[in-house]
Amino acid sequence: MAGETIDLAERRALVHLPDLSEPGATPHDPRRSDVDEFGRSESMRALARRLYAPIYERLFRVEWEGLDKIPEGPALLVANHAGAIPSDAPVIMHGIEEELGRPVYGLADHLFKTLPVIGTLWSRAGGVVAHPENAYRLLREKRQLVLVFPEGSKGPGKTYDERYQLRRFGRGGFVQIAMRAGVPVVPIAVVGAEESMPIMFNIAPLAKLLGLPYAPITANALLFGPLLGAVAYLPAKFKLRVLDPVHFDVAPDQPRYSKSRIMEESEAIRQQIQEALFDMLKQRQSVWFG
Amino acid sequence: MGRRVLVTGLGTFWGGRLAQMIERDPEVEVIVGLDRFEPTVLLERTEFVRADASYSILARIVKAAQIDTILHTFLIVDSTQMSGRTLHEINVIGTMNLLAAASAPDSSVRNVVVKSSSLVYGASPEDPVWFREESRRSHAPRTKVEKSLIEVEGYLRDFAEDNPHVCVSLLRFSNVLGPDITTPLSAALELPVVPHIFGFDPRLQFVHEDDVLRAILFALEHEVPGIYNVAGDGLLPWSEVAAICGKRMVPISPYFTELAAAPLRRLGICDLPPETLELLRHGRGLDTRKIKRAGFTFEHTSAGAVESFWQAVRLRRAVKPQATEYVYERDVEQFFRHSPAVVRDSEG
Repeated sequence: MAGETIDLAERRALVHLPDLSEPGATPHDPRRSDVDEFGRSESMRALARRLYAPIYERLFRVEWEGLDKIPEGPALLVANHAGAIPSDAPVIMHGIEEELGRPVYGLADHLFKTLPVIGTLWSRAGGVVAHPENAYRLLREKRQLVLVFPEGSKGPGKTYDERYQLRRFGRGGFVQIAMRAGVPVVPIAVVGAEESMPIMFNIAPLAKLLGLPYAPITANALLFGPLLGAVAYLPAKFKLRVLDPVHFDVAPDQPRYSKSRIMEESEAIRQQIQEALFDMLKQRQSVWFG
Repeated sequence: MGRRVLVTGLGTFWGGRLAQMIERDPEVEVIVGLDRFEPTVLLERTEFVRADASYSILARIVKAAQIDTILHTFLIVDSTQMSGRTLHEINVIGTMNLLAAASAPDSSVRNVVVKSSSLVYGASPEDPVWFREESRRSHAPRTKVEKSLIEVEGYLRDFAEDNPHVCVSLLRFSNVLGPDITTPLSAALELPVVPHIFGFDPRLQFVHEDDVLRAILFALEHEVPGIYNVAGDGLLPWSEVAAICGKRMVPISPYFTELAAAPLRRLGICDLPPETLELLRHGRGLDTRKIKRAGFTFEHTSAGAVESFWQAVRLRRAVKPQATEYVYERDVEQFFRHSPAVVRDSEG
């Protein structure tokens, strides 16, 4: 099985990793692009990073704390999720790929895959449908970093007065994924995403009508108009704190894990991130300048 | 005593070629082929028996020839060839007759190998990237061809349970490409511009036609019971497939796609049935580690299959094939096989 560590060059390239480590003549494989089996393209990621760099460095002025806590091998990164069109996912992926040189895959709802154009770009950037088998393969077999937001769409759906109060972490599915794959969970507390695109009002009936999780009126839309407000983020200062990895002392690959244990661990991690957020907010002098 | 093999669909692309390959195996004593249509390849010792669409004569042949191995290659997976009802009848009724013949109380059948398709998995946004043999579909099947294949697989599963002395191998093949075969996808790739659904660039997997034949023979020789995915390594974006064929792409509307594709079919340009349109939207991957663990090695990857297909197309366009098509003539074949005037190398 794929137990060897992957060196930096291979990680950056991340072209078609062979499944079996058995020797033997591998047949001629005339690939032309570097799109891997999950749809991620390292060359497109490199382009995306170049384009995103000004936003990352100038607009959000992202600062990391504790990046060295991310383990060498695979890990499930979990973070709080905010902003009407969340900016935390691209910031985390950009930061880790730039600073650590490792690819990050993001698990998200299959809704993305149904969108034309956006769905394909999301996939090329490392977006993967949040199916347990996908998560297992990425973590256990490919040994990659996987990012997931346990709050789901409840996080970004928070209005401004509910900011930084973490919603329930689902049914703890992320804990089960990490347990089954035998990888630690690394919590990350993100400050700044809430204020980059804050939701002032949510029109619930409209959301229901359109089948969306929320139909927001954002401060950006109020300031810049509806069209520009969907892409123009407010210049909130981003601070990200990586917390200590949580290891579960359970055997991987079990058919089932104790549900109560999963809920406990999930709630504990939510508390950890919540406390870290409160701590960071206490020390934050200004929303825009940190 | 050698093996006695029955091949269904002898007149199809797969049946004829399989029979040719099996004829070379000295362990195989008898090969009988059934189909509605005559074989299109030259065969030396395969007996051809004309059957009707539902293979009702199959039971009598199995009994008379004491067949111990049935190769069922006659499942229709290309819904552009015939109407949904005919397809359903051939797939389902044909298989039912086959299984009835094999499960008769004193039946001699010990081995059944079936060529099925990855269509049983479907293609939807909620799918995992790789389907394992145990994976369930995300959505109920909507097309006739998928429904018929799932029904057939259900019968086979029941048959395998009820007849533990029979080794049933069910091989699910992903989309086939190669020098000779024509499929809706291969026809789409031969157009001057390749259709794609605007905004979607799904990852597809292919298996080379030679690997299909080798996999069926592998199942035949090694008697591996169970379900196996068969597909080349690697998932390719559709845009890359078109690039290997040196083609540009033309978009089809992502909304109301079936409506948008209908004129292409009417004008005879390109026939993309609904399951192919779903595939071109979401793609599909097959995890093939089970058959690899059983000892099978692939000779071509997905990209290799596409390249091999395209090289054959290039050759066909450069040099018009001169070979005359083989035409089956019953009297001639009967003479060679049964006439006492023919001097044979006796096997003893």
